[in-house]
Amino acid sequence: MNNSLIIGQYVPGDSIVHRLDPRTKITIIFFFVFIVFFANNLPSYSILVVFALASMFTSKVPIRFVLKGLTPVWFLIIFTFLLHLFVTKEGTLVFDFWIFKFYSGGIFQGIAISIRFFLLILVTSLLTLTTTPIEITDAIEDMLNPLKKVKFPVHELALMMSISLRFIPTLMQETDKISRAQASRGVDFRTGPIKDRVKAVIPLLVPLFVSAFKRAEELAMAMEARGYQGGEGRSKLRELKIEKMDIFVYLIFIVVIILLFLTRTYG
Amino acid sequence: MDITFENVDYTYQKNTPFEHKALEDLSFHIKSGSFVAIVGHTGSGKSTLISHLNGLSIPTDGKVKVGDYLLTNDRKPSDMKELRSKVGVVFQYPEHQLFEETIEKDIAFGPENFGVPESEIKDRILKAMSAVGLSESLLDRSPFDLSGGQMRRVAIAGVLAIKPDTLVLDEPTAGLDPRGQKEIMDMFYRLHHEQNLTTVLVTHSMEDALKYANHVIILNKGKKYLEGTPEEVFVQKDALKQVQLDVPEVVQFITSFNKKFKTTTPFSNQSINQLAKQIKQVLIGDELE
Repeated sequence: MNNSLIIGQYVPGDSIVHRLDPRTKITIIFFFVFIVFFANNLPSYSILVVFALASMFTSKVPIRFVLKGLTPVWFLIIFTFLLHLFVTKEGTLVFDFWIFKFYSGGIFQGIAISIRFFLLILVTSLLTLTTTPIEITDAIEDMLNPLKKVKFPVHELALMMSISLRFIPTLMQETDKISRAQASRGVDFRTGPIKDRVKAVIPLLVPLFVSAFKRAEELAMAMEARGYQGGEGRSKLRELKIEKMDIFVYLIFIVVIILLFLTRTYG
Repeated sequence: MDITFENVDYTYQKNTPFEHKALEDLSFHIKSGSFVAIVGHTGSGKSTLISHLNGLSIPTDGKVKVGDYLLTNDRKPSDMKELRSKVGVVFQYPEHQLFEETIEKDIAFGPENFGVPESEIKDRILKAMSAVGLSESLLDRSPFDLSGGQMRRVAIAGVLAIKPDTLVLDEPTAGLDPRGQKEIMDMFYRLHHEQNLTTVLVTHSMEDALKYANHVIILNKGKKYLEGTPEEVFVQKDALKQVQLDVPEVVQFITSFNKKFKTTTPFSNQSINQLAKQIKQVLIGDELE
């Protein structure tokens, strides 16, 4: 009965970031991920941080949601920071106590790597926070279109993605229903030795698979009955359209790239 | 087993934006050995109600007492398993819960979980199968080879093999053909009397409620709307209409008969034969005048 499960982590809203064409968002994030690795000094990092934070604030997504996306990687960030702190022996010695010898290069690199991580996760989670899974699927289908020339089944891939997303809540409900039925027949999913609990999953999984296959068959039949025959000549309900705002955002991003390459140090 | 609800509230996802009150201030009493029909429109809280009967849900507020087991928000019985072995639940589309390789194993699943000795299980399987009208020759077949109606019988046998004192049925005939519906309901009715069960039937069908139940509870939006014997409840046409429920056909018939012939034949849950006699009396009486 848990209908509140939010798929992905989409936070509904009506900000500029929400309304951008999903292709724009994906393209920018794709290139952003690359250029993050070109930043190598304070000004260049500042430019990226400003860009990322500015996007976050325009999206009006509550900061706690963004931070939630960071939780699984906090450990990684701290670990790499410490690794750099202890291992890198460049620059001048700034801290020396017992076995702890920290060099300025180590500190700078530690911070730089942490910022990189932070930026990468911030912008990518901003994509899923402001774009519905269906929009992302549509955008991916559209962007992979050129691959059709080499017979890559782009439309089918996109269809598979959207069907899987569509059926996640349905299967969750089904799971809930079946686990209640089996609990009524005396299965205990929560207590007992691990071995018993693993065994208790079988009465749950088998009916779930049976119903998933049945649903798949019914869906296929319903699609065929309604004349579905693949992507060829099929019109779209949601047309993707590049608006003025998208072009404006692209221009800003190009400026960011130019500034970055002007400020980074070479050699 | 006696079942008592005292001011039961049940709220899904309390303290979230998705909060939803499924049951509100619900109180009623079901006497041991009675056949109760719970009727209500979709979303009236019927399914939530029955999940309280074997502790799948615990009331957010108020008390549920099933036999000697008391369920309140701060106190779950430690022997929930025992409660579940005494209250058998046949869910909607119970055939969806089948999973074993053979019918025999699937029916044995419940009793095994509740620790029934091996020697007794075999006996229970055979009895449950004959109760639902399945032939013994099916024992080694896969439940997935059967027709939908037969699968349902296997699933029901799986619940009966637990030998519950109280049987809870959530629309047990949904999706069956008319004959299958009648067979299944008649079977539950027979078992109810033979094994002295307390039966709780959740249904959309006013006809079934009228035919089988001796006590009816009508739910609307999580609250108790009407309660009483079928004779009391099903004559309240206007009140039922308010919650999008119809009166059973017999009642409709008697009402229009009375209107047309200006008589006052009462509705007393009489059988068709009795009703025919009453009608004959009215009509022949007219002829004699």
